[in-house]
Amino acid sequence: MKNFTLNPVLNKELTLRFRSFKSYLGILFYLLALGLIIIGFIFIETIAYGQNFFRPSASREMFMFLSALQLGLVLFITPGLTAGVISSEREKQTLNILLTTTQSSTSIIVSKLVSSVAYLMLLIAASLPLYSIVFLFGGISPGQFFITAGFYLFSIITFGTIGVLVSTLIRRTIIAMVTAYSILLFLTGGTTFLTVLLSEISYGYYGGNVSGFFPFPYFTAMLNPFFVLISVLEPSFNDELTQYTGIHFPLWAAFLISYTIIAAASMVISIKKLRPNMQRG
Amino acid sequence: MIEIIELTKKYGKFTALDSLNLQINKGTVFGFVGQNGAGKSTTFSILATLLAPTSGTAFINGYNIQKDTKAVRRQIGYMPDFFGVYDQLKTSEYLHFYGASYGIPYQERQKLIPRLLELVNLSHKKDVYVDLLSRGMKQRLCLARSLIHDPEVLILDEPASGLDPRARVEMREILKELKTMGKTILISSHILPELADMCDSIGIIDHGRLIAQGSVSEIQAMLHQERTIVVKFLGEAKRVISFFEDDPFVSKLTEMEKGSLQFVYRGTEEEQMELLKRAVLQDLQIISFSEEKANLEDVFMEITKGASLS
Ligand SMILES: Nc1ncnc2c1ncn2[C@@H]1O[C@H](COP(=O)(O)OP(=O)(O)OP(=O)(O)O)[C@@H](O)[C@H]1O
Ligand SMILES: [Mg+2]
Repeated sequence: MKNFTLNPVLNKELTLRFRSFKSYLGILFYLLALGLIIIGFIFIETIAYGQNFFRPSASREMFMFLSALQLGLVLFITPGLTAGVISSEREKQTLNILLTTTQSSTSIIVSKLVSSVAYLMLLIAASLPLYSIVFLFGGISPGQFFITAGFYLFSIITFGTIGVLVSTLIRRTIIAMVTAYSILLFLTGGTTFLTVLLSEISYGYYGGNVSGFFPFPYFTAMLNPFFVLISVLEPSFNDELTQYTGIHFPLWAAFLISYTIIAAASMVISIKKLRPNMQRG
Repeated sequence: MIEIIELTKKYGKFTALDSLNLQINKGTVFGFVGQNGAGKSTTFSILATLLAPTSGTAFINGYNIQKDTKAVRRQIGYMPDFFGVYDQLKTSEYLHFYGASYGIPYQERQKLIPRLLELVNLSHKKDVYVDLLSRGMKQRLCLARSLIHDPEVLILDEPASGLDPRARVEMREILKELKTMGKTILISSHILPELADMCDSIGIIDHGRLIAQGSVSEIQAMLHQERTIVVKFLGEAKRVISFFEDDPFVSKLTEMEKGSLQFVYRGTEEEQMELLKRAVLQDLQIISFSEEKANLEDVFMEITKGASLS
């Protein structure tokens, strides 16, 4: 705890996180899961094509697969990591004392978020060697790689703020976790289902009629990180969506705007609700 | 200095704290005594800016607890009745963390923390993980923590609860030392003798109301001298009231419902007997003349539990 330029709450969170054996175990399991799935993927590829070597042309496919897989894993971990940050301190009865210090609510909330995001980014960084397989065979540009990384960071932050928010509002960690996972499930699985359903409906209504547009699938798709990731890596996906919805505004921009609003609102509410409003009883 | 004005806290319909007024001067050690559920922790949480009052307010060294929360937090060192500690953190790191949370620079903390550990007799545990400390040690560590920013006011909620007799004595020694350092200390307990010898002043709280305040001996005197007497009578109230009001030992006479009045009596038992005799002889149509058991007495019995105050 020598570093006094770092915010004390963040400093403590990071110290505790990297002192805990669980964190390293987490990284290990993460890499193991990721590695096993990739090996499985390669195995299936080679069998499917009846060859004894990995097709270089599959590396682009592989990158997309890997990116979606990583996104899924990371998003799946985020609520577990963030939905307890405030409520668990409440349960352990350490929150009261922290709140009587002169630390601002903003610095407490932001530090809790940043320390969780930092750990998730570390997971992603630790998985970089696995990506080297993809780079070895080529097929993707460094630009695409960095866009994907930025996309992860952005999604993690948004889902992280949602986790912190429910942790601040809900007193019991278990219930906060369930709530955070439900929100995650809705924004991934739920929006996928709705997008598909709405697209079907639109097809049913406007069958052959090209001039009829049905914008609703766009609004569910723009909330779904997987659709947005695919639309970034595979632009043809956009064209198909535009065909249904008639909306030309890029999906990634709609995603960026809506998730920024969600993240900002979650942050503001968390900061406001962390301490009681002393003016009103 | 602590100034509490008409402080009220309601949980739904339940009133946990009822128009509490209190002034505690700088350098005073004030003991807040009351049974379980009396409202001690509620009061302290409000003063520590952790709980919003329903109405009323309080000032700590002139800072309003509702408006100048940050300044109030700088003024007070708060020790809650129940608290937890972070595991995986060593004793000295624990203090470093809270010190940093108050914005104390590292170099300063380095000098400060050994002194605080010394004060609470935990120097030998500075490299031990906090969750491995005994309960009494944790309590002392929490006290050291509440002192880290050198607050002028200490708000300590039952700091000796759950401690064995020896640890209680140790805790009291530390508090006495803090008193000599000139801190204003607000300390609570549900047993009076525990606080009696170290407090300059005591407040007794019951059902969210302050029912007595003063030095321990003042409160005892209050108990022995004062009786509340309820008189029921027939006929006109005016004559009855003027009769009792003329007695020098009667004060605070109030008319209750029709045909009933109540006053505080300070005379001896013989004088009380004489008073009743005269009243009957004057044909005042008295139905009953009875001593109301003072609420204070009940509470006092409960919080002293037969122990002698010395
Ligand atoms: N969050 C709450 N909701 C409803 N009632 C509450 C709440 N917190 C406290 N109370 C009630 O307020 C009253 C005062 O509680 P408080 O904790 O202040 O008592 P206390 O004097 O500290 O008692 P103890 O000696 O047991 O610590 C109690 O009757 C309690 O049940
Ligand atoms: Mg209490």
